[in-house]
Amino acid sequence: MAHLICEVVYRGIFQKNLASRITRGIVLSARKAGKWGIAFGRYGDSPQRNGIPAKDFAIVADTKEELEQHMARYEPKELHVTICVDDTLCKGVESWAWYGLQPINRLLLPNGHLLVTSTQPAEALLKDTHKKDAPYSLWILPGKASFSGLWVYKEDHTEARVLGALAKIAPQVLSIDAVAAAIKEAEWGSDLKGDSARKAYERIQGRAVKITEGNPEVPYSFTMPKWWEMREGVSIPAIPIGKPKEGGKGYVPERNPYFKKFSSRTMRPVIDFETCVKCTLCWIQCPDSCFDVMPDMTYDANMEACCGCGVCEAVCPVENCITMVNEAAFEDNLSQWEMWRKDKAAYRTWLEAKIRDKVHTVRSHGFRYRGQYEEELAAGEWETGGVPVTAGIPGENADKKHLA
Amino acid sequence: MTTATRAGQAPAALEDKEMLISGSEAIAEALTLADIDVVTAYPIRPYDTVMQAIAKKIANGQLVAEYIVAEGEHSQFEIVKHASTVGARVFCGSSGVGWAYAMECLVVTPALRVPMVAMVGNRALDDPGAFGVEHNDALFVRDLGWLLCWIDSSQEALDTTLIAYRVAEDRRIFLPIAISADGAFLTHSQAITKVPSKSLVDKFLPPYNRGDLQLHPDNPITVAPQVNEDWVIEIRRQNNAATERAYTVIEEAYADFRKVFGRGPENPWFEEYMTEDAEIILIGMGTISLPLKVAIRNMRAQGKKVGLVRLRWFRPFPTEKLVAALSKAKAIGVIDRDYSFGSPFGSGVVANEIRAAMYNADRRPPLLSFICGLGGREVMLEDVYQVTDLCFNAAKTGKSETKTRWLGVRE
Repeated sequence: MAHLICEVVYRGIFQKNLASRITRGIVLSARKAGKWGIAFGRYGDSPQRNGIPAKDFAIVADTKEELEQHMARYEPKELHVTICVDDTLCKGVESWAWYGLQPINRLLLPNGHLLVTSTQPAEALLKDTHKKDAPYSLWILPGKASFSGLWVYKEDHTEARVLGALAKIAPQVLSIDAVAAAIKEAEWGSDLKGDSARKAYERIQGRAVKITEGNPEVPYSFTMPKWWEMREGVSIPAIPIGKPKEGGKGYVPERNPYFKKFSSRTMRPVIDFETCVKCTLCWIQCPDSCFDVMPDMTYDANMEACCGCGVCEAVCPVENCITMVNEAAFEDNLSQWEMWRKDKAAYRTWLEAKIRDKVHTVRSHGFRYRGQYEEELAAGEWETGGVPVTAGIPGENADKKHLA
Repeated sequence: MTTATRAGQAPAALEDKEMLISGSEAIAEALTLADIDVVTAYPIRPYDTVMQAIAKKIANGQLVAEYIVAEGEHSQFEIVKHASTVGARVFCGSSGVGWAYAMECLVVTPALRVPMVAMVGNRALDDPGAFGVEHNDALFVRDLGWLLCWIDSSQEALDTTLIAYRVAEDRRIFLPIAISADGAFLTHSQAITKVPSKSLVDKFLPPYNRGDLQLHPDNPITVAPQVNEDWVIEIRRQNNAATERAYTVIEEAYADFRKVFGRGPENPWFEEYMTEDAEIILIGMGTISLPLKVAIRNMRAQGKKVGLVRLRWFRPFPTEKLVAALSKAKAIGVIDRDYSFGSPFGSGVVANEIRAAMYNADRRPPLLSFICGLGGREVMLEDVYQVTDLCFNAAKTGKSETKTRWLGVRE
């Protein structure tokens, strides 16, 4: 391998600095062996927006001339390594920068490498990850998604551990000693982080993925029109208004068929339709109009439209009526209300299992309560996904969520 | 129009009313005949003359239109842009740095395919603050999809305004048009002008129909979304196609104008004055044509074969027709009433456009470039004689001069 092309697929705001540290770390580590490199972000992405999937890239090569073949591009056409720092992105990514849902392994070269930070086993990740017509390797770095804010950084060693793991995957380009040396020199580096990189290097294991493995779903795509097919005047037709759900009752709005946004989601609401008081608050407050009105005037969160912001859970006045659950716990976007209508007892069992499993509910956009950051760092159990967060529900009225 | 020839006795002429009006007042007459819906205003000389003339029309009950005084040119152009997208026939205008202040709105207007008609009362850009004519203000938008024309009489101001609506609002085009009128010499100078009847104008100018691009509750559309690199070049390509279609649409509009009103030029693109046998052809835009014509007549009396090409339409640029007209000459002299500091040969904008247009011509006469009349300074006959003498020398040697000469400067 005379050159190495890596991407980091991450979530806007929460992992912007993480992705930047990783891609810069790759280039600076390779520089230790005299290689040349560039690090850049996908320009059309919107990494300042909550949860939007985005990409950073690192390209290193033996010579400047070889590197130039990959410069002045928005995105490499093919990759040796995809690093996914949030395992829910294995379901596919849709961004401001491109159209349709792209499989996480889309740009991987045959026999390339997919490195995912996750607490899930490979079999679970491959239920989400789309099938690929070429074999590749899946590497899992144990740990939950490292989320922080736009201006802060979560010092949980994820960047060091990813770089250490990469030294195992691409030893021709990155030696673990070079990685440790580059980490030490980084403004964020330390001996402790160097040790984390070495530990990840020693422990990481890959697994071959066959072309028969993976999610068989064909991701939705979009064909770009030719210039003479486009409407003039920079105008596009509006989304039509919606229709009743059925029998003249309820209401389902029409939605943009080209930009669905649901790959921004890291949590999804699970709804108890039997305790719903039909107050309409979730429907009104949802910033993405993701709730469909059902004929019985309950509200079903449409999983093609939900961005997982958690506002519905925060405004719902009924305890456990809407609960945000880790997106990784789901394998499809089917309607919860239809599931409930079909078999209420089975739905109750499903619902309670989803809510009860606190491993699943350990997920947030940032932090749910003051002090959580310190708590998680103090625990130091990065490989098991940090401290399970069992307390604290978003929303100022959390402690008042009890109906008389 | 200066070279208008009346082919037979058109019925139209009988209904024409003669008025003694300035170029700006002539535009206001045309706006009344075109029955515009929305006009925005913000004062700056010399454009303010047209804004006052429209206000008077509305106050007198001759025109029913929304007249909005904006708090600045930026809002002025933004308001009519929006009014046009809901289907209103709009008018706007400005001068010099006022036009510059509206630049953000001027940029988006062609991309959104808004058929705005604007009058630019040409004025020197600050600093120094000055009222006199220079063409640099209107030329700001020459690369952006605006159609640009220059006029040289009150009659042409009126006629071109009617033609401008016809062209801009053609579904094949939907592009804004700026009519440039030289400050003082046209905006503040009254001349006898034929004003046609409303019934004739209605035959020439159909109502504005924005069709599927109209913002209306029955036609819900989103206009001007944010996009990435995978859309922009297609949108530019659409604008380029619309500009190319303007060649045909402008020719059609002038032909219909002659049919309906019984006057107007055969060649919409430029006026040719005494060029049939001319050895030297001088080129300019706007009212510079007046001293040039006087000088040409004087030189003709001395047996010097000199002619004039006065460029009316600068965008779209009449490349082929202009090259054909200029190729006949032994030398050509371009007189710019604008500047382009640091440009090739330090020439003005028109000279370098003509150089580019002539590059592939089979026959390229020597070209001399001149800058004259900046800041509204009068162009004197002596200046023109000097230009012509230099052109005759170049015709003898067969060589272009790479130097750009400034005329009428205290040296």
